[in-house]
Amino acid sequence: MHELAITESMVAAVAEAVGVARVARVHLQVGRLAGVVPDALQFCFEECARGTTLEGAALQIDEIPARGRCRECGAEIAMTSFVDICACGCIEVELVAGQELRITQVEVAVQ
Amino acid sequence: MCATCGCGTTEHEQDHEHLDEHVHDHDHEHVHGHDHVADHGYKGDYRIVTLEQDVLAKNDRMAARNRALFAARRIAAFNFTSAPGAGKTTLLQALIRQIGGRFPLAVIEGDQETARDADRIRSTGAPVVQINTRTGCHLDAQMVNAAVTALDPPRGALLLIENVGNLVCPALFDLGERAKAVILSVTEGEDKPLKYPHMFRAAGIVVLSKVDLLPHLDFDVDECLGNLRRVNPAARIFQVSTTKGIGLPAFCDFMASQVAMAPA
Repeated sequence: MHELAITESMVAAVAEAVGVARVARVHLQVGRLAGVVPDALQFCFEECARGTTLEGAALQIDEIPARGRCRECGAEIAMTSFVDICACGCIEVELVAGQELRITQVEVAVQ
Repeated sequence: MCATCGCGTTEHEQDHEHLDEHVHDHDHEHVHGHDHVADHGYKGDYRIVTLEQDVLAKNDRMAARNRALFAARRIAAFNFTSAPGAGKTTLLQALIRQIGGRFPLAVIEGDQETARDADRIRSTGAPVVQINTRTGCHLDAQMVNAAVTALDPPRGALLLIENVGNLVCPALFDLGERAKAVILSVTEGEDKPLKYPHMFRAAGIVVLSKVDLLPHLDFDVDECLGNLRRVNPAARIFQVSTTKGIGLPAFCDFMASQVAMAPA
């Protein structure tokens, strides 16, 4: 369950970035092929946030669909796995989106 | 850029109420006070701070430090991963016995509990540090940095890092290694690369282990390697039986060649 370690990293990164301000909401992008389960992040978040400036904050996860570009014909396709094949038959599809694991914004209380 | 509305502002206040579904009613008048009733129970004004930061940035920074240290000392570091029981420690013991006299070696052992693997490695004479991750399911770059500090491998060493037996979590944590070596035993399924694509995709080396058992098993090597090629067309593949010595010289020669190739 690497989601626990990832949530700990996220909480630490946010706490470091915002200093003493109280955090109300964290916006996180999670790609569909990032290898992380959003529900598991939510599950860990409340516990990891306890005792920090993120305690009681909401975690908003925006899931990013995965897209790939065919190395043969250049077409962009929607992907649901690493082994999706281009309509042209080529198996070499380069992932261009869907592996995000990124804190985009944090909403913090104005003192 | 504001990720809510796409405007050029990086920090602004909004005029909406935060409800459970976090639906933004966004009219682009960005700076004024508002009552904020959010599902997190916070009432009052707030501001948005744009971070745009990878969650694993801290681990990645530490991994980059490790990588720079390895480069400076011409150390070739490899991160061995597999499901529990695929034969990581046995393969490392065999590798150390084969090539141990040719250059300095150092080993980092990762397990949730016990020093059993470190004891097995120590029996070969190689310096080893055991990391116990307790509830943790993977090694991270900080743990490896501490272990490397303790081991202090000399210039030109081969550093073998045995990760926690797990085909999921270690895929996401860069340790600063030159390559991940994933071990897949033939007593597992041919479809393992498809079931755990993150790990096999991240591998520079794949070792198919326990191949001496193939006559007793219904395991199709070609199908397995075909599945591997679908998720990772570039990985270097070795077929090895550590107990019978099959394929071991080719694997050991390759690992030895990596030491010579370490960047100046």
